[in-house]
Amino acid sequence: MSFTKLTRRGLIQTGAVAGAGLALPTYLRAENHAGFTNAPTGSTVTLGFNVPQTGPYAEEGLDELRAQELAVEHLNGGGDGGMMNTFSSKALKGNGILGKKVEYVTGDTQTKSDAARASAKSMIEKDGAVMINGGSSSGVAVAVQDLCQSAGVIFMAGLTHANDTTGKDRKANGFRHFFNAYMSAAALAPVLKNAYGSERRAYHLTADYNWGWTQQESIAAATEAMGWETVENVLTPLASTDFSSYIAPVLNSGADVLVLNHYGGNMVNSLTNAVQFGLLDKEVNGKKFEIVVPLYSELMAAGAGANVQGVIGSMNWNWQLQDEGSKAFTKSFGEKYGRPPSNSAHTCYVQTLLYADAVERAGSFNPCAVVEALEGYEFDGLGNGPTLYRADDHQCFKDVLVMKGAENPTNEYDTLEIVEQTPRAQVEYAPDHPMFAGGDLGKCNPGA
Amino acid sequence: MDAILLQILNGLDKGSAYALIALGLTLIFGTLGVVNFAHGALFMIGAFCSVTLQRILTLSVETIDETKKDFLGNPLKVKTPYVEQWFGPETGQAIIDWSVPLAILFAIPVMLLIGFIMERGLIKHFYKRPHADQILVTFGLAIVLQEVVKYFYGANPIPTPAPQAFVGSFDFAPLLGLDTSLAYPYWRLVYFGFSTLIIAAVFAFLQFTTFGMVVRAGMADRETVGLLGIDIDRRFTIMFGIAAAVAGLAGVMYAPINSPNYHMGMDFLVLSFVVVVVGGMGSLPGAVLAGFLLGILESLASMNEIKSIIYGIDQIIIYVVAIVILLVRPRGLMGRRGVMEE
Repeated sequence: MSFTKLTRRGLIQTGAVAGAGLALPTYLRAENHAGFTNAPTGSTVTLGFNVPQTGPYAEEGLDELRAQELAVEHLNGGGDGGMMNTFSSKALKGNGILGKKVEYVTGDTQTKSDAARASAKSMIEKDGAVMINGGSSSGVAVAVQDLCQSAGVIFMAGLTHANDTTGKDRKANGFRHFFNAYMSAAALAPVLKNAYGSERRAYHLTADYNWGWTQQESIAAATEAMGWETVENVLTPLASTDFSSYIAPVLNSGADVLVLNHYGGNMVNSLTNAVQFGLLDKEVNGKKFEIVVPLYSELMAAGAGANVQGVIGSMNWNWQLQDEGSKAFTKSFGEKYGRPPSNSAHTCYVQTLLYADAVERAGSFNPCAVVEALEGYEFDGLGNGPTLYRADDHQCFKDVLVMKGAENPTNEYDTLEIVEQTPRAQVEYAPDHPMFAGGDLGKCNPGA
Repeated sequence: MDAILLQILNGLDKGSAYALIALGLTLIFGTLGVVNFAHGALFMIGAFCSVTLQRILTLSVETIDETKKDFLGNPLKVKTPYVEQWFGPETGQAIIDWSVPLAILFAIPVMLLIGFIMERGLIKHFYKRPHADQILVTFGLAIVLQEVVKYFYGANPIPTPAPQAFVGSFDFAPLLGLDTSLAYPYWRLVYFGFSTLIIAAVFAFLQFTTFGMVVRAGMADRETVGLLGIDIDRRFTIMFGIAAAVAGLAGVMYAPINSPNYHMGMDFLVLSFVVVVVGGMGSLPGAVLAGFLLGILESLASMNEIKSIIYGIDQIIIYVVAIVILLVRPRGLMGRRGVMEE
C-alpha cells in the first residue's frame, strides 16, 4: 500500500472539487434555480400565517387567522370576494396568485419573540412559505421581520404599533399596514384638546417595554405641544396584573388626566382598577378627571366591559366605518363567522391582499419585485380611504380613527364608537423624524 | 404619609389573596405532604365560578326587534334574561347584579367536588413519590385545567362586575383628619373583610372542632393517629377539598377586582409559594402572616419615591425579602422543626 504525499496545491484542488460537489444539489433545487427563496414551482403557492394561537393574545390571533383564511378563500375565487371587489387595483382575478392556487400554513407566535421566530423559520424552511403575515406584538414583529429579511421572504406585519417596527428596526423585506404610536398621538391630541381643554395635567402609566416607551413618548410629545403638562410617567412591569398600587398615587398627584399606555390584559386590568378607585367620578383642579387609552382593540375593550364607557382612544380601523371596502369586509367576515371583524383581523386580511396584488402587478414572487411593487404604492378601497405605502420606511399612511367607549351599548359588539376619522395628512411625518431615527431599510434580500 | 397609608391598604387586599392561596397550599402540604402546583389553577377556577354563574343568570330568550339592526343590517336579536322574565325586570336585574356574591354558594360545592376528584383521582397516587414528581404532576394538571378553561371561555379577560352597591370608593381621609384623598374601592374593602372571615373560619374549624383536632394531630403524627383506629386519610381528603374551596372562594371574590382570564392562577402561584416558604413550610399562621407582610411590602415598593432610588425594586422586592428572611430564619417566620428537613 502506498500513500500519496498531500501538498498545499492538492489540498486546495481537492477542497474546490468537494465544495462544488456539495454545492451541486443545492444549486439544482428549484428555489435557487429561480433566484429567490421558496420560489413556487407547482400549481400552488404557500403563505405562512404566524399568529398567537396560545397565550394571552390567542383570541386576537384567532381573529387574525379567520381573516387570513377569508383572504385565501377570496384570492382563490371563493366566497363573495370581500374587499377584492372594492380594491382600487384590479390585478387580482380570483384565480389565486399568478394563476397558482393559494395554500397556507399556520404558526403559533405565543406572543414570544423566540417562539415566533421558530414558527416562522419552520414555515419558511419546511413548508416553503413565500410570505409571512400576522402577529399581535411589536416585539414579535421586529423579531420575525429580521428573520424574514435574512431568509429572503416578505414579511407583511400584523398588529404592531411601536414606532420602531418601521423606525429604527425597519427592514427592506418588511411592510406595516397597521398605524403606529406617533400616528395615534397625532390623531388623539386635537380631539383631547377639544374634549378636555388645553390646560390639563397628565399622569402616565406605561408598560415597561419597547411599545410602551414609544407610545408614551409619542402621546406625551403630542399633548405637551397643545399645552398639557406631563406630571409623572411611571413604568409598570409587563407582568403586572393588579395596578392598584400604581393607581393609588394618582389620586394625590395633582393630575386630572390618567393616560394608560397599556395594551391587552394590562389595559383591561389598569383601566378596571382606575375605575374602581373612582377616578372617573373625581374632580381635580376644577375639572372632571378623565382617562385616555391611546391604543384600543375591540377584543380588549370587551374585556374591560362597562369600564371603557366614555374613555377616548385610537384604532387602525373599525367595522363601523361606512366606506364600501369596510362594509364589504364586515359583511363577508360577519356572514362567515357570525361576528364583526377586529382591527387586527382587518390588517391581516388587507396585508394578504396587498401582497397578492403586488405579486400580480410585479408578475413575480421574487421578494425584490414585490418590494418594488409595494414601495410608494397608492391604493384605495381597503378601508380608511386613500392609502400610501411609503417607500422610505414601508409604513402605510391613511386615516386614523379616534374612538370612545360606547355610552349606551345595544349589543355585545357595540363596545366602541367612532369619534373622528382623522385625515391622513394630520398623522404624516417625515421619514427622518427623531422618533423613527436610526433605522435603515437596507437592500431587499431575495434569499438564495 | 397618606401615600404610605394608601399603599398599606393596597397591600392588605393583595395580601388577602396571597394569604388565602398560601393557606390552602399549607393545608395541603401540612396534611398530605404534597407540594400542589395546581393550587393557582383552583383559584382561577373559583374566579370562573363567578363567570359561570353570571352566564347562567344571563341565559336569555331572544326576540327580534324589527326597528333595530345588527352589524350586518339584519333585524336585531334582543336578549332578555330568563330571570327578568320570571321575576320581573327589577328583581331579575338585582339577581344578575349580585351574581358574584351568589357565586360563593355555587362555588363551595363545585370546589369541594373538584378537590375530592383531584385528590382521589390523581394526587393520592403520588403521596409516596418524591416532591419533584408531585410538582411535575400538579404543574401538568394546572396547565390542563388552564387549557380546559381557555377552550370553554376563550383567552380574553371576562368582565365580572361587583354589585352596584359596591361601586365607587370610600375616603378614609376625613376619618384620619387628613387633607388629601385616601380613597379606597369598596369592593377591595369587602375582599379584605371576606378574606379575614375565611381565614378565621379555617382556624376556628381546626382549633375548635373534633374533626380539626384530629387533623391537627394527624399533621403532627400521622402514624400514631392511624394506630388509634382513626381513618386519617379520609379526613385529609376532606381537608384537600376544604383547601380547594378556600382557593376557589378567594378566586370568586377576586373576579370583580381583575377580569378573570385563564392564566390568572399562574400569576399568583409562584408568589404564593414564596409566601408559604417565607411563612414557614406547614405553618398556617406563618402563611397568613407572610401573605399580608409580602403584599404590603410589594405595594410599598411600587411607590415612585422608592422606585426612583432602586429601579425595578417593585418587581423583585418579594424575592429579596424572602432571601433575607430565609438567611436569618432558615425555617421561615413560623416554620416548625422537622418539616421538609431530612
